[in-house]
Amino acid sequence: MLHATWKSLLSRKLRLLLSGLAIVLGVTFVSGAFVLTDTLGRAFDDLYALQYRSVDVQVRPAPEGGSTEDDEEIRTGVPAGLVDRVRAVPGVAAATGIVSVDGARVIGTDGKVVTTTGSSRLGSTWTGENDLVRLRAGRAPRTGDEVVLNAALLEAAGVRLGDRVGILTVQPRRTFTVVGVQEYTGGRDSLGGNLEVSFHSSVASRLMLGRDGQFSAVGVTPAAGVPTAAVQAGIRSALGAGYRVQTGAELRAAARTDAQSDLAVVNSVLLGFAAVSLLVGVVLILNTFAILVAQRTRELALLRALGGSRRQTLASVLAEALVIGVTAAAVGLGTGIGVGALLAWLFSTQGGRTVALAGIGVPLMAPVAAFGVGVLVSLVAAVVPALRAARIPVIAAMRESATPDRPLTTLNRAGIAAGTLGAALLTAGVVGDGTAWLLGAGAVTGFVGVVLLTPAMARPVAGSIGRLFAGTAAGRLGRLNAGRNPRRTANTATALMVGIALITGMNTVLASTTASLRDRIADQITADLLIAGDASLADDPPAFDPAVLQRVRALGGVSAAAGTYRGDAAVDGERAAVAVVTDVPAHARMYSMRAVAGALTDLGPNRVAVRDDTARRLSLRPGSTVRVRLAYGGTRSMTVAAVYTGGDAVGEWLLPISEVPNLAVPQLANVDLTVAGDAAVADVRRQVEALLADSPEITVTDREGYLRRQTGQYDLIATLIQILLGLAVLIAVLGVVNTLALSVLERTRELGLVRAVGLTRGQTMWMVTVEAVLIAVFGALLGVAVGTGLGAAVVRALHRSGITTFALPWPRIGLCLALGAVIGVVAAILPAARAARTDVLRAISYE
Amino acid sequence: MTTPVAVRADDVWKLYGSGEAQVTALRGVSLSLARGEFTAVMGPSGSGKSTLMHCMAGLDAVTRGEVRIGATALTGLRDRAMTRLRRDQIGFIFQQFNLLPTLSAAENIRLPLSIAGRRPDPAWWEQVIDAVGLRERLGHRPNQLSGGQQQRVACARALVPRPEVIFADEPTGNLDSRSGAEVLAFLRASVREFGQTIVMVTHDPVAAAHADRVVFLADGAIVTELRAPTAEGVLDTMKNLDRVEG
Ligand SMILES: Nc1ncnc2c1ncn2[C@@H]1O[C@H](COP(=O)(O)OP(=O)(O)OP(=O)(O)O)[C@@H](O)[C@H]1O
Ligand SMILES: [Mg+2]
Repeated sequence: MLHATWKSLLSRKLRLLLSGLAIVLGVTFVSGAFVLTDTLGRAFDDLYALQYRSVDVQVRPAPEGGSTEDDEEIRTGVPAGLVDRVRAVPGVAAATGIVSVDGARVIGTDGKVVTTTGSSRLGSTWTGENDLVRLRAGRAPRTGDEVVLNAALLEAAGVRLGDRVGILTVQPRRTFTVVGVQEYTGGRDSLGGNLEVSFHSSVASRLMLGRDGQFSAVGVTPAAGVPTAAVQAGIRSALGAGYRVQTGAELRAAARTDAQSDLAVVNSVLLGFAAVSLLVGVVLILNTFAILVAQRTRELALLRALGGSRRQTLASVLAEALVIGVTAAAVGLGTGIGVGALLAWLFSTQGGRTVALAGIGVPLMAPVAAFGVGVLVSLVAAVVPALRAARIPVIAAMRESATPDRPLTTLNRAGIAAGTLGAALLTAGVVGDGTAWLLGAGAVTGFVGVVLLTPAMARPVAGSIGRLFAGTAAGRLGRLNAGRNPRRTANTATALMVGIALITGMNTVLASTTASLRDRIADQITADLLIAGDASLADDPPAFDPAVLQRVRALGGVSAAAGTYRGDAAVDGERAAVAVVTDVPAHARMYSMRAVAGALTDLGPNRVAVRDDTARRLSLRPGSTVRVRLAYGGTRSMTVAAVYTGGDAVGEWLLPISEVPNLAVPQLANVDLTVAGDAAVADVRRQVEALLADSPEITVTDREGYLRRQTGQYDLIATLIQILLGLAVLIAVLGVVNTLALSVLERTRELGLVRAVGLTRGQTMWMVTVEAVLIAVFGALLGVAVGTGLGAAVVRALHRSGITTFALPWPRIGLCLALGAVIGVVAAILPAARAARTDVLRAISYE
Repeated sequence: MTTPVAVRADDVWKLYGSGEAQVTALRGVSLSLARGEFTAVMGPSGSGKSTLMHCMAGLDAVTRGEVRIGATALTGLRDRAMTRLRRDQIGFIFQQFNLLPTLSAAENIRLPLSIAGRRPDPAWWEQVIDAVGLRERLGHRPNQLSGGQQQRVACARALVPRPEVIFADEPTGNLDSRSGAEVLAFLRASVREFGQTIVMVTHDPVAAAHADRVVFLADGAIVTELRAPTAEGVLDTMKNLDRVEG
């Protein structure tokens, strides 16, 4: 029996390869994720080990809330006087104030700001050469007008020693002379791809921290023989709760955690792809085995008649599945290691990053997961066909070899039940208040219902689409073939449906989000021109010189202009984003913002306004007091002067203009303006652009451009959708090829017959192609329908997060359907060629 | 006037395989089939009956010699032209599996015409349907028809395009005698009433007796033939053949 299994495996190599490929893909993603994490994890470990090698203890401002160590901190400095206090702590040999902050943006020779992907653009104090930093060329900065650039930045900006470069910091653009080039231990151009500008100590604080006399951290060297922990404890007790005192090892661990969470995104994308591939893999293998078992009914019955037991039949099918699973897992593990290594390499070199890879890591979990997943998925998929094979009665050996489908009644009943339940839950969720669990449960149940009902829909749906091809005999035959094995057609279509449904769902959510945003902009924003930086470029949106606002106001066609400053704060111990608006009435008009309690004109020193939802959440009303801490100025008690609604552009907290100097970035983030009735928007726009020559990151847009900028952040999601689409298409093609190949083989005699009575080779190919196209388009249609439903459920659930308009991504839906047709055509090529080559004589000769 | 010859084979040789394993299935067969004639081909198993039919029907290429269907020489025809010829000039009735399971009886009958993108002439259609006696069964699928009914559907399918010739390889081989008789009666009638040319391979002397002429093959060559055969005459000739062979 095992020998027979082995022989049947070999004779169906191609078929098994096809059905196993989805598993190979899935396993590739799973093991790739493990390898990527491990490989990059080691690389970053090495990097941080280097970076924090010479750090013993470091003192930084404490995070707000103070609860957990890795709470995000408000960007601020420590006062210079702290250095002396630290130095006075027993056991401290030396304490050095340093500035090293992200956000030094160098303007390259092409006039554009040098950007990075993921890594920082540090602005630091030059503290002299040490065992980490060295001068490769030139000298240290001697005045505030001189800088040292790291070698990576020098190259990226295209400047040379002695050149003058413009640099943007929290201060407006300033020009510096490059007097030196710095490198790091071992002759590295950069540490982990970070770009670094080292300023003279007289200006670093003002440029990077917004005011003089500040440091971002104090580095501590313990006296000889004093343990690091003792020094750490000593400093802690000397300074109190306002500061964070960490050892080099702790910093290193924190940096590593940060890097890991970056990777976590990539990993979850990979695992998501794996889930889709494996789900589809199950469908494909189930389909293949179902067809094989049906075709081999007589053979299996004969084996039973010759004395084979049910158990042996079951085992033989499962054994075959096991071989597929193990083989696919082995291949997938191999490709996964390759993919993981490739991604790690891309990740480590991309954007000028130069993280040296410390060898490719294959953690034990990679093979364990690969084989676990491969075997599990293939066995799960084969169980149903195997049981069916075991139930074949001996008498079947004597029957006609045709493979009629079993009736669908049970499936239909289950499908209708699940579908109805799903629809009911969804309706309850959508009509009600969008309860997430109702929508979630409804979506899942509905999905299961659709999958169960797919066989019942196969014939009518494929039949109606097939009318398009009913003009020719070959087309009619193809249409009939597509409907003759509803389960087969349904399973094949389901493989495509899964991918298309996910894609359509995501596209629907994206389209709805964009539409909601567009509606809100149309309803609420009356500003004609909006000046702002590209928020997606960096963690902190770029800001610009407040003087620009005065010049914009002075322009002829401008009727009103309001600037917005932004910053981080802690309000009653909770981190919050705050804004300061230069002209509150003008801004309120341009953004349909209004007070629901108190008056916005009532803002003044220590009098703030809060958005209505936040006011509700914190039970605040005019007259309430809150404790506010900004980057500078300590913690102060402030009074709520007004509660507003519609403050989309401001955020939760609106602070008085007097607080600008206490923000980490005392520069404008936005200026919005309206154009006087008789002036042309385009003219004003050109004049404003001219004013922004010193701020290459800042652009002027109209409302439409503003929408585009807001939706730009979805580009990454759109890219992921495209990758997913590619994957879905690939797997779907495999599935359709597989099914068609099996069907063509099964219908050899019929093919011979139609060829004998006059179907040409071309017509035969068309017949197979029509069948393939119908199956694929059926799958695409199902996917679009299910995806729209899922998307609608998600959109409904997100109603409260501001997605209030439901929009269908029509062009993309059309694309998916067209793609279905293309998939059909492509998948048909090989089986159709094979069908056309059918030898008429061999096909019609009967034993 | 066109030639009264529907199919003509001239010195047809057919060799299978090569070297040691070479089989000579036909050795110089020449045969003319007149229009409107019902010819039966008989002979022992392995004598080359099917091979001859396949060669004459353009399903298989001859090794040497020439076959003409009507005015068309088959030698050198490309697949496309050959397929067209089969579609328009030749009807087939095989021993079994003649019908597409997805099509109804009527659709199966219409298949060659619909492949050609033509519709049957209504009067002729009615006449054929009446002759096969399947009017009630036209909407049925093959698996809802008996073996004899299926063969009659196949006969109608062969007849409806009015081909130059119909080739039937043991059309009654799988049928009981009553169903076989119905099929034979239909073939006979289509020759008599519609002037159809038919070639039929058979092992059954009674079936052969329905033909106008019986050609006897042995070891790849025509050995003799009978005109206006009777079942007894055919049987006798067969016995003689066997004796010659033995
Ligand atoms: N494809 C082939 N390859 C090799 N030899 C073949 C092939 N087809 C037929 N033959 C041989 O050619 C000879 C004639 O075969 P053919 O099928 O024509 O006989 P037949 O008269 O139809 O026999 P039967 O009454 O059994 O159907 C036989 O010896 C057969 O073995
Ligand atoms: Mg034969």
